[in-house]
Amino acid sequence: MKKIVMSVVLVNLLAACASHPPAEAPAPVAEKSAPTAKAAPASATSAQVAVDPLNDPASILAGRSVYYPFDVSAVQEADKPLVQAHGKYLAEHAARKVRLEGNCDERGSNEYNLALGQRRADGVKKMLELSGAQASQLESVSYGEEKPRASAHNEAAWSQNRRTDLNYAK
Amino acid sequence: MRFWRHGWAILLLAYSSLAAAVMEIEIIGAGENQIPIALVPFGGDEKLATEINQVVAGDLQRSGLFRLVDPAGKSPHVVSEVEYADWQVRGADALNIGRVNALPDGRIEVQFRLLDVVKQTDLGGHAVSAAAGQVRAVGHRIADLIYEKLTGDRGVFSTRIAYVNRQSGRYKLIVADSDGYNEQVVLSLGEPIMSPAWSPDGSHLAYVSFENGHAAVYVQSLYTRQRKLIANFEGSNSAPAWAPDGALMALVLTRDGSSQIYLIRPDGTGLRRITFSGAIDTEPHFSPDGQFLLFTSDRGGSAQIYRMAVSGGPAERMTFGGGNNYSPRYRQDGKAFVFSHRENGRFYIATQDFQSGQMELLSAGGWEKKPSYAPNGKLILYASEGRGRGILATVSSDARIKQNMYTQSGDAREPVWGPLP
Repeated sequence: MKKIVMSVVLVNLLAACASHPPAEAPAPVAEKSAPTAKAAPASATSAQVAVDPLNDPASILAGRSVYYPFDVSAVQEADKPLVQAHGKYLAEHAARKVRLEGNCDERGSNEYNLALGQRRADGVKKMLELSGAQASQLESVSYGEEKPRASAHNEAAWSQNRRTDLNYAK
Repeated sequence: MRFWRHGWAILLLAYSSLAAAVMEIEIIGAGENQIPIALVPFGGDEKLATEINQVVAGDLQRSGLFRLVDPAGKSPHVVSEVEYADWQVRGADALNIGRVNALPDGRIEVQFRLLDVVKQTDLGGHAVSAAAGQVRAVGHRIADLIYEKLTGDRGVFSTRIAYVNRQSGRYKLIVADSDGYNEQVVLSLGEPIMSPAWSPDGSHLAYVSFENGHAAVYVQSLYTRQRKLIANFEGSNSAPAWAPDGALMALVLTRDGSSQIYLIRPDGTGLRRITFSGAIDTEPHFSPDGQFLLFTSDRGGSAQIYRMAVSGGPAERMTFGGGNNYSPRYRQDGKAFVFSHRENGRFYIATQDFQSGQMELLSAGGWEKKPSYAPNGKLILYASEGRGRGILATVSSDARIKQNMYTQSGDAREPVWGPLP
């Protein structure tokens, strides 16, 4: 019982941190907690039957960003469950559309980063399609290094800026 | 090429109502063989003379090729008033004298003469005139004529630059004089603007705008301000470059997969793909003869510079060794190129000679990107950083003289040097 409570707390913490990039070694935590994330909201569903899982802060779908190492555009292992969950959600909600917005840190030229950001967004798009989403639900764009979330010249800022955001249409 | 003859006068008139922003210019280093020159403030209208003198002195000094000699009390305005011995004593090799007048219709007229103090000869006289208020344009023109006479190279002080100013989420496409003064806002948006590129005759700018929610390429006239959306395919449309004849452009699209290079006419017709790498191919730049493109690609695993024929076919890798390389641009003689080099976390401005294949770093490194040659190949403009802001900077092609140009506010990004007027 104690173990389950701990997991729920962890999931909530993760959800609260969803807008931040992973810390130094986030992969094991995310992978271990992912299965419990599905179990955790089960107790709550009886009270909130009509909740769209997209709006459930405890759902893995609350995570809307995937992060990358420098000059890498492949979705990292730690983020695959997140992308696959969104793909499954989109398959089950055909009316939903999502815009995939690729971003880069400021290292490299603006144009190279625009290309890299596009490749990041396209990589997420491809994985969403493999998970069941339709191409018509997806649009991929790149902002390159033009819309940084953090503006400092250091790894703390850069790691936040190397990401693809899943931006659902309202 | 329609506007070639009177290009600079027309453009200055079109934007003359806009105020000039405050600039601060910081010069670092000195040339090896500087020509000592005395600029005697012109006779005639004293206020105009002082203003023009400041512009000419600033231009010559920034080139790194001149050392200004103080006239110290001597002020000849015509050849008959010149005692060469006065100037030999002061160490001047060249002397510039003349008169400026404000004509009844407000036009500014300058007549000046350049003298060789060592040989005690007259190097020739010139007359420059411009509309009222074009004091800086007159100064730049005079500096060009002095520079050309004494160095044998084309002067570039009358040329213009384009860049993007970013401030609090506002993006402005700016055209300014080569010294950063006389800023004119060509376009102002709440979304990013990238990669301005001058048409060869200086009449149009191509650029990337995000106003449609993604990167799309526009071509805009600097005279009529009319603009045309020439590439707006799904994904990213970017990196416009003009062929030397102005009739063809290269750009980068992701509509068929990864970023690949295409050719297109400036009116948006005739689209044709020319790279088929599946990697990132971007930042094309035409050779001066229009036959080749330099571009950035990560097809070898990391960003490096490649060259290919505009007609298509295989690409040849140009940069090797440690680090990454981006943003290549041909020198006007086609014998070398400038680019941005990243190594150990720093960005440098670098050049490479095609024949030797040797890379030379022109800067100490830092946050230095997006270099472009002045039309005479003697100076390189690039984006740098100072006092926590994005700034414009130039370095002489021999790496001896650097200058930082602090614009009034915001971040200066994506600079590119324009063609000769």
